Amino acid sequence: MLPYVLKRVLSAVPVMIIVAVVIFALLRLTPGDPAAILAGNDATGEQLAQIRESLGLDEPILVQLATWCKNIISGDLGVSLLSGVPVTKMIADRVGPTLALAVGTISVTILVAIPMGIVAAGRLGGYLDRIVMALSVLGFSVPIFVTGYVLIYFFSLKLGWLPVQGYRPPSEGLFPFLQRLVLPVLALSGVYIALVARITRSSIIEVLGEDYIRTARAKGATGRRILLRHALRNAAVPIVTIIGIGIASLITGVVVTESVFNLPGLGRLVVEAVLARDYPVIQGLILLFSFTYILINLVVDILYTVFDPRIRY
Amino acid sequence: MIDDAGTYGSPVIRVRDLTVGLTHGDQKNVVENVSFEVGPGETLCVVGESGSGKSVTAFSIMGLLQKNALEPTSGEVFLGDENLLQARPERMRQLRSARMSMVFQEPMTALNPVEKVGKQIEEVLLLHSKMGAAARRQRTLEMLDTVHLPDPQRIYDSFPHQLSGGQRQRVVICIALILEPDLLIADEPTTALDVTTQQQILTLIREMQERQNTAVLFITHDMGVVADIADRVVVMRDGNVVEVADKETILRSPSHDYTRMLISSVPSLVPEPRQPLHTETVLSVAGLNKTFQKKRFLRSASEIQAVADLNLTLRQKEILGVVGQSGSGKSTVARCIVGLEEPTSGDITICGDRLQGARSAERRQMRRHIQMVFQDPYRSLNPRVKVGRSMVEGSTNFGTPHDAAMGRAEELMELVGLSTAALDRYPHQFSGGQRQRICIARALMLEPAVLVADEAVSALDVSVQEQVLELLDEIRERTGVGILFITHDLRVAARICDSIFVMNQGRIVEHGPAEHVLGRPEEEYTQKLFEAAPGRHWDFRNFCPV
Repeated sequence: MLPYVLKRVLSAVPVMIIVAVVIFALLRLTPGDPAAILAGNDATGEQLAQIRESLGLDEPILVQLATWCKNIISGDLGVSLLSGVPVTKMIADRVGPTLALAVGTISVTILVAIPMGIVAAGRLGGYLDRIVMALSVLGFSVPIFVTGYVLIYFFSLKLGWLPVQGYRPPSEGLFPFLQRLVLPVLALSGVYIALVARITRSSIIEVLGEDYIRTARAKGATGRRILLRHALRNAAVPIVTIIGIGIASLITGVVVTESVFNLPGLGRLVVEAVLARDYPVIQGLILLFSFTYILINLVVDILYTVFDPRIRY
Repeated sequence: MIDDAGTYGSPVIRVRDLTVGLTHGDQKNVVENVSFEVGPGETLCVVGESGSGKSVTAFSIMGLLQKNALEPTSGEVFLGDENLLQARPERMRQLRSARMSMVFQEPMTALNPVEKVGKQIEEVLLLHSKMGAAARRQRTLEMLDTVHLPDPQRIYDSFPHQLSGGQRQRVVICIALILEPDLLIADEPTTALDVTTQQQILTLIREMQERQNTAVLFITHDMGVVADIADRVVVMRDGNVVEVADKETILRSPSHDYTRMLISSVPSLVPEPRQPLHTETVLSVAGLNKTFQKKRFLRSASEIQAVADLNLTLRQKEILGVVGQSGSGKSTVARCIVGLEEPTSGDITICGDRLQGARSAERRQMRRHIQMVFQDPYRSLNPRVKVGRSMVEGSTNFGTPHDAAMGRAEELMELVGLSTAALDRYPHQFSGGQRQRICIARALMLEPAVLVADEAVSALDVSVQEQVLELLDEIRERTGVGILFITHDLRVAARICDSIFVMNQGRIVEHGPAEHVLGRPEEEYTQKLFEAAPGRHWDFRNFCPV
């Protein structure tokens, strides 16, 4: 177990280096001069040169790359071209709402989708199964911004139970924090619940056809025990995989959800930075998302070995 | 109640006119009017070929038929004095494992892969008794010891994939017998195992039966096993009982033609003398080695020598058998010869051309001289492609025009005893035996000098097996092809091979003409294999003991 974990962690390192280099290269290759944007339309050539120099944009590209890598290691992602605030600080300021949204969404997804999938598989072809499948089609087909506005319309405007928009950090009280998180989490969870419920259902159905399930029945095990004790753990690998992919793809959902519910999180920061061509911020965010993605994959790979003793790389 | 099970006391299980049909559709019944009974301590063998309904009968008794697919439509199944067909699901659940249990065919898949085997055995106690955790563990360890598993503590904490097939089957037997049920249903429990393991498992079942006075319903297709273990025999065909009688009667004087055919199809273990061949050599293998490396993290790689220093020559028209148990390296030899594996060292020469050192274009040309027939005819034909297209694919790859290739395919279809109309059909429209004929015809399309048949008849019923063996015999006479015939079955080897190589752990332990190797085996290993062959004291062809 331990050598395997160590091996997986070590193998993540080169991936991270490659990712860092690619991110650096991508932004340098896209058209548009950040110095020109920063300086505005009326700037003289001299002013532009000055800005370039102060940002290190006039250095040879390899030198820029070396500086970039060195800075990443020391935890310095540069300063924003627009505000002059360090990127790490900007990220730290905005990570709260996004983290809350992501953790909330994943928790709700797991708590709702897996039981739904189990019930559907256990009642294959029955009406509970059909209801689950219908809900899952609905969850897939309705876009987040539609779900979001519909939820706001009913719960905030019609019923007045929850605030329309905004964010309060948990330090200002748990209740206002949760109150403002409920709708965004629900809106964002829809798709993931649909996805995970479907995969859970189909993986369990597949496992239920295996010989060892027949053995369990021959032992006199109840249907419930067969589902929960024998089928679920054997179906875990695809379920964990899809949850991992789901977490990774949350980033897209976060951008939309934060806009709909006006949450000051990383998703909105991405949009702002891209529109402003704020290179250091864009780079920093992409780097953060990529490293998160690598980390999630790492966790998923390690979870495989927890669920399935046969998997040893 | 009349005691009609003779000396065995009142029957444990009585099946009367059991009929099982498909839940949907009005097709004919899968099992029809089946009746038999098994007394305590008695072994009743149910024999039949695939599709005879023997497994469906067993699953009906256990109440384990696939839901919404098959269901008993009439008849009675009495376990003691309780009619199982009318028992509620909850009652059936209580009876399973406690009063009747089952051992399955495939030990490799019968156990939950993510749970320790000790826990899997304990589950039975958890479900059916009020024992505490410590008592359950204790009882499980005792049971592991009873089925002669070495080091019960270690086995208890193992996962199924860490055990061999034989060990897993012992674990399944533990699960089935830990509560000492009245009835044990064994559905081909040794079919997936090597002969020596098979013998051990059969001995174990017999031992447990004597200890617990269990009624055993033993389902098998293997007449050898029947000869070794049965008290009485039920012969089934197409869902019907053909004949029920005691073993001696069935084996000596079967009253039904089908039973007669089934028994006489079992090849003899003693080969008939054959004329030595002096034809040209088509394949020679010299000093073949194949090692597989298993890479390990931060440790030196471990090596497995699958084939060690193997030499053989195959002549035109010769059928050379390579026999051995699983893991002996016989399939690796085949894979090296056809080029599916790259040998670690050694020379393979096909029709005078050396395979090693040849450029890839030359190798491609050499490959046409060597073709393969695989074990499982159900999986070796592309299900979405018509047979004709599968047949001509090889030839057209080597540049034969499509029409010419089709012409040859038609000739070959007739050679293997199928109509040319078969070319226009899909694989699922054929039976297993027919598919294997198609695979043989396909292998012959390129007019190979060597045919490698890897367990080519192992998946077939005995009667079909006999036909395919006859076909191979006829083909080598007519086309002169040399056949490298890989099998674990000594009877099949005795029936068809001119010479035999016995392999164990990657090495040839004995080789020579079939009548020497099988008639007077010299090596201990060969003798052991021979001893373990089921039914070796019976001459099935002549309906008498050897």
